[in-house]
Amino acid sequence: MSGLAATGFDLMLCALILGAALAAIAVRDLFGAVVFFIVYGVFVALAWLRLEAIDVALTEAALGAGLTGVLMIGAVSRLERLTSRDQDQDAAGPQSPPTSSAARIATMVGAAGIGGGLAWGFITLPPSAGLQLAVAENLAASGVENPVTAVLLNFRGWDTLLESIVLLAALIALWSLARDQDWGRRPGLRQHARPGGVMATFGRLLPPFGFLLGVYLVWTGSAQPGGAFQGGTVLAAVWLLVMMAGLKAAPRVSSTRLRWALIAGPLLFIGVGLAGAVAGTFLGLPTAYAKPLILTIEAGLTLSIAATLALLVLGAPMAGDGLGPDQPDKEPAR
Amino acid sequence: MLVDGITCALIGAGLLFFWAGTAGIIRFPDTHSRLHALTKADNVGLGLLIVGLALQAPDWLTLGKLAMVWALTLVAAGTTAQLVARAAITKPAARRGPASTAAIPGDTVRSKDRAS
Amino acid sequence: MSALLTSAAGVLLLSLGGAMWRIWRGPDAADRMMAAQLVGTGGVGTVLLLAGATDWRMIDVALVLALLAAFAAIAFVKAISLDGSGDPEESDDVAEIVAVKATGARAADAG
Repeated sequence: MSGLAATGFDLMLCALILGAALAAIAVRDLFGAVVFFIVYGVFVALAWLRLEAIDVALTEAALGAGLTGVLMIGAVSRLERLTSRDQDQDAAGPQSPPTSSAARIATMVGAAGIGGGLAWGFITLPPSAGLQLAVAENLAASGVENPVTAVLLNFRGWDTLLESIVLLAALIALWSLARDQDWGRRPGLRQHARPGGVMATFGRLLPPFGFLLGVYLVWTGSAQPGGAFQGGTVLAAVWLLVMMAGLKAAPRVSSTRLRWALIAGPLLFIGVGLAGAVAGTFLGLPTAYAKPLILTIEAGLTLSIAATLALLVLGAPMAGDGLGPDQPDKEPAR
Repeated sequence: MLVDGITCALIGAGLLFFWAGTAGIIRFPDTHSRLHALTKADNVGLGLLIVGLALQAPDWLTLGKLAMVWALTLVAAGTTAQLVARAAITKPAARRGPASTAAIPGDTVRSKDRAS
Repeated sequence: MSALLTSAAGVLLLSLGGAMWRIWRGPDAADRMMAAQLVGTGGVGTVLLLAGATDWRMIDVALVLALLAAFAAIAFVKAISLDGSGDPEESDDVAEIVAVKATGARAADAG
């Protein structure tokens, strides 16, 4: 790549990333801030491409520019509905107390401290060639050809296992926000669309392609950029689209099938890890079986990640629009 | 060499449509005219770009992926244009954002009816 | 060819600054959403040009971006529907709004 064109591109990209980030904070309109965040995701995905980190760019494109946008637009909508209901119903009701300037200053000092600490840690980092060489030397023993997948599922399997459990913990935390009487219902708002309308047609047209792309990303992940997280995110988006287009309702949070899907990945991972412990080391994969084992774990992780991410976007189980106790119970609890 | 020339011409034309779309989205006076500008960039601009790049594609898989990117963008652009345009006509909330659904004119009319 | 494609990617990226201006200005939420859509499509184009210039494997990122391009817009039209989970096409809204405006005008006249 010729130097001048690339340098110009990089400078412009940096300016756009900084511009989008600053605008997301500075814009007065809450919805505008969310839109800037989505745009920021697109630019950051481009930056990862320029750094030749295609795996990360895939994740950023699927999460930053895709799912997180849906999540945040839904959050803004719900927040505004809650606020306007509170203003309508109990104007004299409990209001959040005005933030004192002492609290603001304390927050600022705390944030500056953490930021300064991170910057100090980064600057004083000893110069290092990174782990690329070590990974390249051992790639043959990992069972896969994509170094990123080798690190995630073989060399540093611990991290990935714990990450998949963190995701599950996040969903449990979200579900714990449900009111007692709503437990066992379907998560999120009741989605509906005009049958045969544009939205419903889109919801029928896209899933086959999305499913193909999601499975392709997982499959190709062993040799090329891609993997369970990227593929799982695409599959989560496809499932969300089917639900948002009103074609299929979300499963009840009490559904046994759903719960198996949620824990399949971590469970398979722990199972393989324990088998490794019997043979020698926990999470150690013998070179001869490494590839099929990695593909099995990835298949399970993809299912769990897709289900977990989609349910995180949908929200806690709720009745009606979930805005308060005055909502009539449309759906009997299980 | 000839193929490279055609690629350059097609990509140049595609960029022109993207710039036209940007100019439109900045300069056009109202939401629906701006929607019109946007769909030109989506459909034609990216299409020309993809045809130009397809001439450089190293294998059939890449060619197939390029075609799929275009197909997906066309479907997405058509869907978005329909839904956003309709929402912008029928839901005055689209003027201010998800913030203002509580204040649709229908509600004020109904409360006026009740009062009278 | 590679340098030309990178330059083209730069020219495309520059045009997205204009869309950013529209997101900042608004004035309507729909305007912001459409400008974001333009940045998304421009992002797809930029990824494709970069892929042609450096590494064709990058094209998968364009596929993901194109697949998810309409999701934010769908979430948006849902968020501004009456109950936050509907579809702008569900009722014959155009006629309804015109009727509502007419009754509103009559009510104002009567009052």
